[in-house]
Amino acid sequence: MDPAITAGALPATTATPARNPGQSLDTAMFEGIRVNRPAAEKRAAAFGARRSVKKLHQAAWLVNAVRLIDLTTLAGDDTAGRVRRLCAKARVPIAPRIADGLGIADMGLRVGAVCVYPTMVHHAAAALDGSGIPVASVATGFPAGLMPLHLRLQEIEWAVAQGAAEIDIVITRAHVLSGDWPALHDEIAAMRAACGPAHLKAILATGELGTLTRVYAASMVAMQAGADFIKTSTGKEGVNATLPVSLTMVRALRDYGAATGHRIGFKPAGGIKSAKEAIQWQVLMKEELGRDWLEPDLFRFGASSMLADIERQLEHHVTGRYAASHRHATS
Amino acid sequence: MQITEILSTMEYGPAPEDRSVATDWLAGHDAGFGHFIGGAFGDPGDGFAVTNPATGAEIARVAQGSGADVDRAVAAARAAQPGWWALGCHGRARHLYALARHVQQRARFLAVLETLDSGKPIRESRDIDVPLVARHFYHHAGWAEILEDTFSGARPWGVCGQVIPWNFPLLMLSWKVAPALAAGNTVVLKPAEYTPLTALAFAEIARECGLPDGVLNIVTGDGTTGAALVRHEDVDKVAFTGSTDVGRQIRRATAGTGKGLTLELGGKSPFIVFEDADLDAAVEGVVDAIWFNQGQVCCAGSRVLVAESVEARFVDRLTARMGKLVTGDPLDKNTDLGAIVHPDQLARIRALVEQGRSEGAGIVQGTAPEGCFYPPTIALDVQPASVLATEEIFGPVVTVTSFRSPQDAVALANNTAYGLAASIWSETVTQAMDVAGQVKAGVVWVNGTNLFDAGAPFGGYRESGFGREGGRVGMRAYLRDDAREGSGAAPPAPDATPAARGPGGIDRTAKLFIGGKQTRPDGGHVYSVGDGAGLAGLGNRKDIRNAVEAASKAAPWGRTTGHNRAQILYYLGENLSARAAEFAGRLETMGAAAEAAHAEVETAIRRCFWYGAQADKVDGAVHATVSGHVTLGMVEPLGVMGVVCPQAAPLAGLLSLVLPAIAMGNRVVAVPSQSAPLAATDLYQVMETSDLPAGVVNIVTGPRDELARILAQHDGVDGMFYVGAEARMIQTESAGNLKQVWCEADGARDWAGPDGQGRGFLDRATQIKTVWVPYGA
Repeated sequence: MDPAITAGALPATTATPARNPGQSLDTAMFEGIRVNRPAAEKRAAAFGARRSVKKLHQAAWLVNAVRLIDLTTLAGDDTAGRVRRLCAKARVPIAPRIADGLGIADMGLRVGAVCVYPTMVHHAAAALDGSGIPVASVATGFPAGLMPLHLRLQEIEWAVAQGAAEIDIVITRAHVLSGDWPALHDEIAAMRAACGPAHLKAILATGELGTLTRVYAASMVAMQAGADFIKTSTGKEGVNATLPVSLTMVRALRDYGAATGHRIGFKPAGGIKSAKEAIQWQVLMKEELGRDWLEPDLFRFGASSMLADIERQLEHHVTGRYAASHRHATS
Repeated sequence: MQITEILSTMEYGPAPEDRSVATDWLAGHDAGFGHFIGGAFGDPGDGFAVTNPATGAEIARVAQGSGADVDRAVAAARAAQPGWWALGCHGRARHLYALARHVQQRARFLAVLETLDSGKPIRESRDIDVPLVARHFYHHAGWAEILEDTFSGARPWGVCGQVIPWNFPLLMLSWKVAPALAAGNTVVLKPAEYTPLTALAFAEIARECGLPDGVLNIVTGDGTTGAALVRHEDVDKVAFTGSTDVGRQIRRATAGTGKGLTLELGGKSPFIVFEDADLDAAVEGVVDAIWFNQGQVCCAGSRVLVAESVEARFVDRLTARMGKLVTGDPLDKNTDLGAIVHPDQLARIRALVEQGRSEGAGIVQGTAPEGCFYPPTIALDVQPASVLATEEIFGPVVTVTSFRSPQDAVALANNTAYGLAASIWSETVTQAMDVAGQVKAGVVWVNGTNLFDAGAPFGGYRESGFGREGGRVGMRAYLRDDAREGSGAAPPAPDATPAARGPGGIDRTAKLFIGGKQTRPDGGHVYSVGDGAGLAGLGNRKDIRNAVEAASKAAPWGRTTGHNRAQILYYLGENLSARAAEFAGRLETMGAAAEAAHAEVETAIRRCFWYGAQADKVDGAVHATVSGHVTLGMVEPLGVMGVVCPQAAPLAGLLSLVLPAIAMGNRVVAVPSQSAPLAATDLYQVMETSDLPAGVVNIVTGPRDELARILAQHDGVDGMFYVGAEARMIQTESAGNLKQVWCEADGARDWAGPDGQGRGFLDRATQIKTVWVPYGA
């Protein structure tokens, strides 16, 4: 066994090379790439049918999912108290008795990050102080992004100054819908510059882009503009994270990596609620990209209620009895 | 193992399917299985062992069917058939519906049993095979219900003898049994020697849901049992799925017996990837094409043809994808490839791959455990001459060959004796549909592969067999066709020596008509016809060869519009009409009474109009199959047809067979009435003045059965109509390339009367291509 694990640390994340520096727009990397939707849907459906994790392995995969969660609250009624509650859950995502039962009490299980609105960043940063859990902030006029660019860039800088280590930006969908790739590239590049040391996750709002072919193109432009992660959705679109969209994005990410050598992260977000989905998305990452993309430096779930379902499944694994959420701490 | 360990590797771990219901069932039958005849299981006798290929362990013993067993089963089916038919449409529909329901209720048991018996992954038997079985019975419960409304007046064959393969044991049973029963037939089915268990389980299920005794009979055994069944004189219709070699044997064994026959045989199906394809989608397509059921699939896309411009990228991705495949325990839910069905089959795959390697193919393989397993394999740089490109491997081995242009791709795709299926990958509908039309295959999947549905006809072109399963055309194959009993004896041998007298007048020597030209017979002989009516060319095998070559070159005829073909058929009628008196006179010199001669010419003119009318009206279909898919049924000509004409009604008889063939786009080599060919030879001028393109109709006069034999043997002839006494010889000889043949004796119908025309002739001159197009923006 890996000594680092017995010592209670997390499995070592992969050695992270330099951040994706981005590059100038290169439309040849995506023009001519057409994504066949029925084929993508068929492949996406196969992840659940072709791969199955049972018993102890299932528990392990669910524990891993917890590590990948960007535990999120993005609501109009968010308050300091609400954010503190979320952060408390982030520090102790599953009840100690369950962690004990799973034999992972000393591994220091925590979520990947806490994700909030900019004005909530300092509450979150304070509540997470010393935990090592980064604060992610949405920015750039989330969720629609239809604000003047200079204000969106200022918002990023403000959120970073508040303590956000990760910025989830939204793109101007109109640039994709009109095929204005230079405008999309320049906008995201400017945001990346505004992030400074903070990592940039580019939310493509795929539910509003219409076709998977555009999803592929937008993914590629975002990576060329320097995104550290590409992310499906704000959670506010009519259609949020789906497996076919995710498949398209991770294939773009794979192709970008093959062309440039840079490893980009992926974050599906919105509508992912069940433990079963947590497994399916991890299967997708492992099958399409490999084991490295099951680590929080390269894969996150944007989710809030999924954690509750995972906790119930894990308790069932420990006790053999079906669990009820009211017996678990709420986030 | 602890969770922390798993977290470091993130392996999937074991996910075994529960096998207990199936193993309990097998334990309950540890005395062995007898045949299921007349509603009861017989004595197992000595029998033979059935093994689980994944472990090599014996899991059951089944009886070896003897000729006497087949006799008893056929007798039981015969006895049950009148009662089954008497149940009526609704009565049979209720039984088929019950079978569908019971298959669904026993789905997991059947899936596990299938996997134990065949070695296929549980994911496939659970998610693909068994759901398709249930769907097949539901669909055919529907056909049973509306049989009389749809096929008014049609009658079943009677007793069907069916032989099925080991690759999809229960699914192939359903494809055979459901339409047979829906049409009112009773069945004797022989499952494959390697995989008889789900058929026996199905027999129990049929008994459980009250299927009347004798309607379904299962006789287990090896090839000798199957041979006894297909040769049985009281079997009316034979349906076979399996190898092309055995298909040929069955074609010969049933020749001249009048038995209905459909054959679903082998394939070497192309998988064409254009540069504008979604390459990732195409890579996943290969997984579903050749690594489905370990590649033991008759319609497997086993030849990847990829545009040279994307070949390197495609191969890289395909290789990477292959590396993710898991070969192993078929009962584990994470297994992608299970066991090869039998060590003999494994040895064959190994030998073929080694031969391919020695021919220069680059072999790239995944991994497989010890035992009866073979790793997923890609063979690179495979040239069309390689054994890997020509032989059906029936294993998880895909070849990769590059092409330069769409024309090149089509040429490579069609460079095979087979014609079962094709996959075409392109995001451009213009290109994909063009190539779909050009590939010689009974099933074409555009941006997809191995898509099946009970409502979509499935079956092959060329040496992949004939007949379709599924949908309306599949039902039609289980209803008796309208070939009738005849009496005609063979005409006397033609006499090439000078006759006692001739016709007088200015000499008109009838030549042959080949490639639009009147040509002298190769042998340089003529023979006397019609008791001094004249002389006709004595055609020989070289004339047939030349005629077939001319017909092959006239391929554009098949691509012209029905409207264009109709115009020419009407024009034929018009020109025939202008010379009606002359033709009537000719028929009189060959022995027809004046009134009959005029009537026959009038019929011939009408035939031109009737088939001209049909030329643009034999529509295809859009089948109701799976949501998100357009499934087209395209009606295509067979290609080059040999048409051997009746002795009587020498004008109307010839046109009654030639016109439906050419109306559908076939090109014809016709052998006219041997004893009265001069009405046919007079047609040369009519055809020439009617703008019929050269080579569409070729006429070779001479010894009927000798010429017919050469046509039947010719690998470039795709189909035949034969009227005469030698059906057995013709059907036997046709086994060489398994051309589709329709035979009837002389005198079975009045070719100058209404029986001489009908939709049936058009159906027999065509084949159905099923084209699947999944869609989604």
